Amino acid sequence: MKNAAQTAFSATSSVLRTIGMTFMHSFRKRETVLYPEEKPYLPPRYRGRIVLTRDPDGAERCVACNLCSVSCPVDCISVVKAEDETGRWYPETFRINFSRCIYCGFCEDACPTYAIQLTPDFEMGEFDRQNMVYEKSDLTIAGVGKRPGYNFYRVAGMAVGGKDKGEAENEAKPVNIKTLLP
Amino acid sequence: MMEFTQAEALGVLATVAKTLIILVGAVLMAALMIPIERRLLGLWQDRYGPNRVGPFGSLQVVADMVKIFFKEDWIPPFADKAVFVVAPAIIMVTSLLAFAVIPFTPTWTVANLNVGVLFLLAMSSLGVYSVIFAGWASDNKYALIGAMRTAAQMISYEVFMGLSLLGVVLLAGSFNLGDIIESQRGMWNVIPQFPAFVIFFIAGCAEIHRAPFDLPEAEQELTAGYHTEYSGMKFGMFFVGEYLGIVLISCLVTVLFFGGWLGPWLPGFVWFFLKAFTFMCFFVLLRASTVRPRYDQLMAFGWKILLPIAIVNVAITGAIVVATS
Amino acid sequence: MEFTFFAAGIVALATTARVITCANPVHALLYLITSMLALAIDFYALGAAFAAVLEVVVYAGAIMVLFVFVVMMLNLNNETVAREKSWLRPQLWAGPAAAAGLLLLALLWALIFGGIEYGGITGEELAAREVGMNLFGPYVLVVELAAFLLLAALVVAAHIGRDDTDQVSDAAARGERVTTNVRESR
Repeated sequence: MKNAAQTAFSATSSVLRTIGMTFMHSFRKRETVLYPEEKPYLPPRYRGRIVLTRDPDGAERCVACNLCSVSCPVDCISVVKAEDETGRWYPETFRINFSRCIYCGFCEDACPTYAIQLTPDFEMGEFDRQNMVYEKSDLTIAGVGKRPGYNFYRVAGMAVGGKDKGEAENEAKPVNIKTLLP
Repeated sequence: MMEFTQAEALGVLATVAKTLIILVGAVLMAALMIPIERRLLGLWQDRYGPNRVGPFGSLQVVADMVKIFFKEDWIPPFADKAVFVVAPAIIMVTSLLAFAVIPFTPTWTVANLNVGVLFLLAMSSLGVYSVIFAGWASDNKYALIGAMRTAAQMISYEVFMGLSLLGVVLLAGSFNLGDIIESQRGMWNVIPQFPAFVIFFIAGCAEIHRAPFDLPEAEQELTAGYHTEYSGMKFGMFFVGEYLGIVLISCLVTVLFFGGWLGPWLPGFVWFFLKAFTFMCFFVLLRASTVRPRYDQLMAFGWKILLPIAIVNVAITGAIVVATS
Repeated sequence: MEFTFFAAGIVALATTARVITCANPVHALLYLITSMLALAIDFYALGAAFAAVLEVVVYAGAIMVLFVFVVMMLNLNNETVAREKSWLRPQLWAGPAAAAGLLLLALLWALIFGGIEYGGITGEELAAREVGMNLFGPYVLVVELAAFLLLAALVVAAHIGRDDTDQVSDAAARGERVTTNVRESR
């Protein structure tokens, strides 16, 4: 009997205490961020809208290697390769269908030239689905993005655009395999 | 057979107008409870709730209503059409009929029935059919389980509701709700009848299957219970019916235990509204804070705890009334 | 009040007829509920407001709910409706219907030629107080007998619904071998 009375008392008081505690939440600060008026902080490495960056000289970084397109799990990137007269590769078309993109960032990881990067911008709603397809001109930005001072062709050991083999930064002269001299 | 004089005709018109005002007022109050509940739940959960449509989100209910009016009103092909359509109407009709006997002020009541309290019980017991028929006609196992739970829950809790009312009726010596309010001039019934008040409130909660006793529509287990298959305006009727239930039980608690329109300084209706509104907010607070019991716990709590307390309360009240008269 | 009485009476008769002829059990129950509500209105029109409300609370509101509850559990479908329809053949209902018709004729005969006068319906109210006084005054024996019956029903229900699993699990907790299963021990 005593046990039952104890149980009844503790059960009742716990329910009343819960109700009281909930009521005291009327005077707490609200946790919601009122979004359009108050923007949340997004870190620089937030995975949002995808851009194509340029190197410090202002030339586009993308070499149309198609690695981003291959690594994309939803196949939303389509790249067509072209080559200029100096032998340098560039994308003739670079198209991302953002209505399929899942913003996973795999393309950024796969890119050997840091050309494709994700930015902290997610406000890209559209009423027409077709407007979600971004062409190269929509994607390319003027700056270097998250990788300042990096120029792929200046460090790559490839003869391109007037730069011969062995002339890149930190690159040794090519070894002449036709001679035995040191 | 009967000939109306002009005065009589005017009287009839006045009564009809009064009835319409009270019914429309009840439905409007029930509709207003929807945004009020959402805002209050937000307040108690450290959120804002809907605050975009209109000032402080007050027009949210209009937006919701417009949406629900234009939704497709779909009847599943496997449903029993006639019963499926009748079910949501029953809850609206019974809830609104129950408002007919509630005295808002000494003069504002639709029907001054001598058996007012019993009429309320009758209407709330007929409300069970809405849920049961909705569950059965949907031909959906979640809906049927929800209906089963409702049947047992509502029949059981009606018993405690009636028994807890008996103490009040004994003190007032009448089933008439106006007499019951007048009998509380000296002291509100909540003081001498505190156990009855607690039982009535709990049973009322279970009767309109509100949280924490919302087992018939327990979202986690039964998707939406008996109204799983309902959409559009029929769902809207269940929805408004539930809020009508909240308004009704709040009004009843006010009438039976908190002296209805009685109160100093302010006019009677304002007192009634303030008291009833406090209880409506308390229903929301209950929903924000309490957890849903298991089904067997609900039944055991009713029959093993509420029933004995209610019977003891009636016996003691009866003894005191007999001894003092 | 006269108009109310006869209108509700006609509704009660019509719905009761449908209760018998309706092949779908749930629809039949819906008609039965409506019939009871019409009866309640008749009681009210006769001045017995208390009885009217009790008719709704007890019969329409509680007992019929249990009926619906049970019928709902039976998983009725179109086959059941068809079978019900096949049972409504004239040779099956002709005999009982004729007998009932004879009784109706006798009743009408008594009403018309028995010298019973139509008293009219005034709607004078019989208060709950008088009902209570009568129940615990002249009819107290009947009330007590009904109480005995209900108590017996309660005891039987408690006996059938008693749960033996606790004893079994207690025995298992003590490490004893449980020899009887739950069903046998009942």
